[in-house]
Amino acid sequence: MMKLQHLFGIADLDKEQIEYLLNLGESLIDVSRRPIRKAPTLRGKTIINLFFENSTRTRTSFEIAGKRLSADVINISASTSATKKGESLLDTGQTLAAMRPHVLVVRHSISGTCQFLSEYLEGTSIVNAGDGSHEHPTQILTDLLTLRQAGGYENKVITIVGDIAHSRVGRSHLLAATLMGYRVRLVAPKTLLPAEVERYGCEISHDFDAAIPGSDVLYMLRVQTERLTDNCSFPSIREYHEAYGLNRKRLAAAGKGCLVMHPGPMNRGVEIASDVADSASARILEQVEHGVAIRMAVLTALCGDTGGEG
Amino acid sequence: MAEVIFDTVAVEQALDQLAAGIHGDEIFLAGIQQGGADVADSLQERLQARGAAVERGNLDISFYRDDLDTIGPNPEVRPSHLPFDISGKTIWLVDDVLFTGRTIRAAMGELFDYGRPAAIRLVILLDRGGHELPIAADLTGLTHAASAGCSVKLVAGDAGWHIEQRRVKV
Repeated sequence: MMKLQHLFGIADLDKEQIEYLLNLGESLIDVSRRPIRKAPTLRGKTIINLFFENSTRTRTSFEIAGKRLSADVINISASTSATKKGESLLDTGQTLAAMRPHVLVVRHSISGTCQFLSEYLEGTSIVNAGDGSHEHPTQILTDLLTLRQAGGYENKVITIVGDIAHSRVGRSHLLAATLMGYRVRLVAPKTLLPAEVERYGCEISHDFDAAIPGSDVLYMLRVQTERLTDNCSFPSIREYHEAYGLNRKRLAAAGKGCLVMHPGPMNRGVEIASDVADSASARILEQVEHGVAIRMAVLTALCGDTGGEG
Repeated sequence: MAEVIFDTVAVEQALDQLAAGIHGDEIFLAGIQQGGADVADSLQERLQARGAAVERGNLDISFYRDDLDTIGPNPEVRPSHLPFDISGKTIWLVDDVLFTGRTIRAAMGELFDYGRPAAIRLVILLDRGGHELPIAADLTGLTHAASAGCSVKLVAGDAGWHIEQRRVKV
């Protein structure tokens, strides 16, 4: 198996690598359930979380993952960094790399930021924690681990509902589905679907109710409410909830075995009704727990077998 | 080429002897993945047959190793699972083969993250020598002085377990 140098996206992984990360992740869940939540795996490794976009949950998840494995974790957010003083992305990256961290975890609003940085930062592994509307690989690995724990993802139908156009999660899932052998159905109003979405070869629907039968997972995406009013993608929150929100009735139509997932943060009453979010079908908090385990797995895979260099 | 150094009869006798050495009516067993967990399974059967209550768990020490930099994470890693509170208990830590002692050191490190046991007793099916750390077993089933270039393995065959020695480096 190819040694993992960086993690840019699902597009760069093969099936074997994904299964390997899921296997590591599955074994790391237990570390966070012990009285003493710290293993020595990454002792002496330095991880920098460089977040140009706010994301408390992803950043916290990476931070906890690193700390539970005994790495030294440093958080840098754009609001406190030198970018505010006019430093370029590349200068920020090179400056941090000169301090010789083993891993740089990057979130940025521009797609491809991680690949760009990696070309200049030799000896530092880069993890994509979300780049624009491009990819968010650790979220997809998290979802796959959650599905694996719930009985498996193979041949399952995952219906992703909501703002696909602005979602890196949707895109990454389309890539992973082909690789790992599950199916993705996309449900969204035309205004929230990306251009040329047909080329992924998935089922696309504008009618949520029609897409529910046969779904094994209803995967709700967060609606960025500011977007709804800004460019008239959708008339109102109430109407969105009626057409595309997951309520009791739709959950009942999906059947007992159907799981509800959400990458968070949730807008209760918009894409998901409050009682559905708290129902027995929801795996949303499991996703959060598994997110820490997957990020531990990714950091371990990147830091392992470095031959002592870097 | 693999050479059988202990046959099934010898292994079964050693297991009987180990089980006899584990005293008490309430026993807490922790096997080290993978071979140690298999040995712990068969010890558990023997202990339960004699009427003892056995609490069972397994440890995978992959994340507690000291050689991540040279070998990378183990792709065959399995979850550690100790479904009982170890605090104040005597834990019988079980492995198939004792070699350098590094696995046992890692396992003790992991065990302490679950709580503070009253005592840890080490149960080893085969001590092959070559210890690099001050670690010795409390109960040893078999001993065999293997040379450093040999791998010694517990192997499941059709007729039961046997122990093989194989030269891996010259």
